[in-house]
Amino acid sequence: MSEPHKSPARTAELSLSKLTVSFDGVTVLHGVDLSVGKGEALGLVGESGSGKSVTWLAALGLLPGKAKITGSARLDGMELIGAKPETLDTVRGGRVAMIFQDPTSALNPVLKVGRQIGEALALHRGLSGAAIRAEAKRLFDLVGIPDAERRLSSYPHEFSGGQNQRVMIAMALAGAPDILVADEPTTALDVTIQAQILDLINTVRREMGMALVLISHDLGVIAETCDRVAVMYAGRIVEEAPASALFAAPHHPYARGLLHSLPPLGGERRKLVSIPGVVPDPRALPHGCAFAPRCPQVLEACLSAPPALRGVGDARRLACVLEARTVPLRSFEAA
Amino acid sequence: MLRFIAIRLGRAMITIALVVTFAFIVLRLSGDPAQIILGPEAPPEAVAAFRKAWGLDDPLWLQYFHYFGAIIQGELGRSMRDGRAAIELVAERIPVTLALTLPALAIKIGLGIPAGIYAALHRGSLADRVVMMLSVAGFTIPSFVLGLTLVLIFAVKLGWLPSGGQDSWRHAILPVLTLGIGGAAVLARFTRSAMLEVLGQPFIRTASAKGVPWRDVIVGHALPNAAIPTVTIVGFMIGTLIAGAVVVESVFSWPGVGRLLVVAVANRDLAVVQCILLLVAATMVTSNLVVDFLYGFLDPRLRQNPGKAS
Repeated sequence: MSEPHKSPARTAELSLSKLTVSFDGVTVLHGVDLSVGKGEALGLVGESGSGKSVTWLAALGLLPGKAKITGSARLDGMELIGAKPETLDTVRGGRVAMIFQDPTSALNPVLKVGRQIGEALALHRGLSGAAIRAEAKRLFDLVGIPDAERRLSSYPHEFSGGQNQRVMIAMALAGAPDILVADEPTTALDVTIQAQILDLINTVRREMGMALVLISHDLGVIAETCDRVAVMYAGRIVEEAPASALFAAPHHPYARGLLHSLPPLGGERRKLVSIPGVVPDPRALPHGCAFAPRCPQVLEACLSAPPALRGVGDARRLACVLEARTVPLRSFEAA
Repeated sequence: MLRFIAIRLGRAMITIALVVTFAFIVLRLSGDPAQIILGPEAPPEAVAAFRKAWGLDDPLWLQYFHYFGAIIQGELGRSMRDGRAAIELVAERIPVTLALTLPALAIKIGLGIPAGIYAALHRGSLADRVVMMLSVAGFTIPSFVLGLTLVLIFAVKLGWLPSGGQDSWRHAILPVLTLGIGGAAVLARFTRSAMLEVLGQPFIRTASAKGVPWRDVIVGHALPNAAIPTVTIVGFMIGTLIAGAVVVESVFSWPGVGRLLVVAVANRDLAVVQCILLLVAATMVTSNLVVDFLYGFLDPRLRQNPGKAS
């Protein structure tokens, strides 16, 4: 968060443009434009169902066959949408690795964890036999699983949730990826374990120079970890800015609402304010801005068409008709 | 582990004892073997002599006591019809029945499991719908209807195969098909739903996300998990190897254990019926035991706590 934001024009590792996903004719992702730079930590926040996970699953071709995907996802210029399965198999785990919300169900219950890690080592590093075992042990040591040699022969149910997430991280690191996509990596874990796992992700990211995409609905987690943050709502990015700028002054009413519903750590105690209403059903989205029905500052213009994501200032993008700076943060309380 | 085996074996013994007792009571109460075997015209002295010779005049509890005591000593009694040891009569029929049920089991597994996997992997496709339609037909059509239909087509109309008897391997084709198709249908359906369940699990997505090619995801990650429920059904099928062909053997005049059972029941030939039931119970119980141990082999989660396998 403290790192100064670099211009978005710097070398992008992975860039998504106009990425759209629909299931059975229902569009759940409405043209997402987003990029991750080399070694950058990008945070993606939003409520459940806002399209945070779907965005990355779509980019990596991990959605079920019935999902219709359009747009583009380019990794160093290589198009991933519609790419051949063999191409995607080298990208997945090798260039872009992913870890998931519930580590225990994300690991195969009938295979030893050593074998599950070994699979990635064989696929992406061409290792075999004893070399796999040695490297798997090194990865276990790296992610802080004690007694690594013996634990490689254990099954996922013999580990705790936090340890399984460490196994998942070790498995993600096995292919030495350029980007790690962490989809709610701490949501299913105890609070005390959450911090350890986040620390671990941060450490390995710095050591290996990986870019990180952190998907979370936990603003605290994002604030601690990310350089840049994109806020998603109903399948669209509504605001994107350097983390420091976004948390200091969120422009979009939804982003403001999110921040406002957190208790302040210092200063005066105040009443927490929730955002009224619920996320709209993707099958029945409003005509205009999807947030309009819940927005305290809704205008006539909001109801006609969804506002486009446009640059505001030098490092911020915003999808809102309001000139945000004129609206005080406290306006939510009045709503 | 020893304790687990001991408990399992104990339970198996109790199951078999209950089956034997039940068979004893039902058969003893449902008709007088002396009258049936000797015929309605038999002189009363002959019937009385027969009853005395076979101990049928003793009180029921005493008969049961003798009978159960004999079984524990491995003595399964003699056929009231020809005086031969029941176990001998049954034993010579077992290979005859296995000649049908073993190839049928191979068809069930060899056809049912691949069809189920294919249908699951192509869910919603034309192939999936055809497989599922055939599967519903396969296990709703009773085996005697299927058997007679096959006879009508291949024996009567086309004249390619014999309609019954046991003279050559060609005689086995229709009964084996009759047994195999129904079982394959059941297995296809179970395998399909087991596969679909597994394919929806998060660890399948994890395997894809680390770059495992789809084929290897299926073979290395999905199948070992889907095998767990499928083994249950296969185990059950193995349990019916001895006595699962009663109807089909009757339709095709195949002189196996099933036909022996039908004849023995009709004659109230108690020792033979009981011997067959004992054998059936023993195979069922054994195959269940084997399935339980296989669970432990297939699913490491059950290894530490075998009690969960039951």
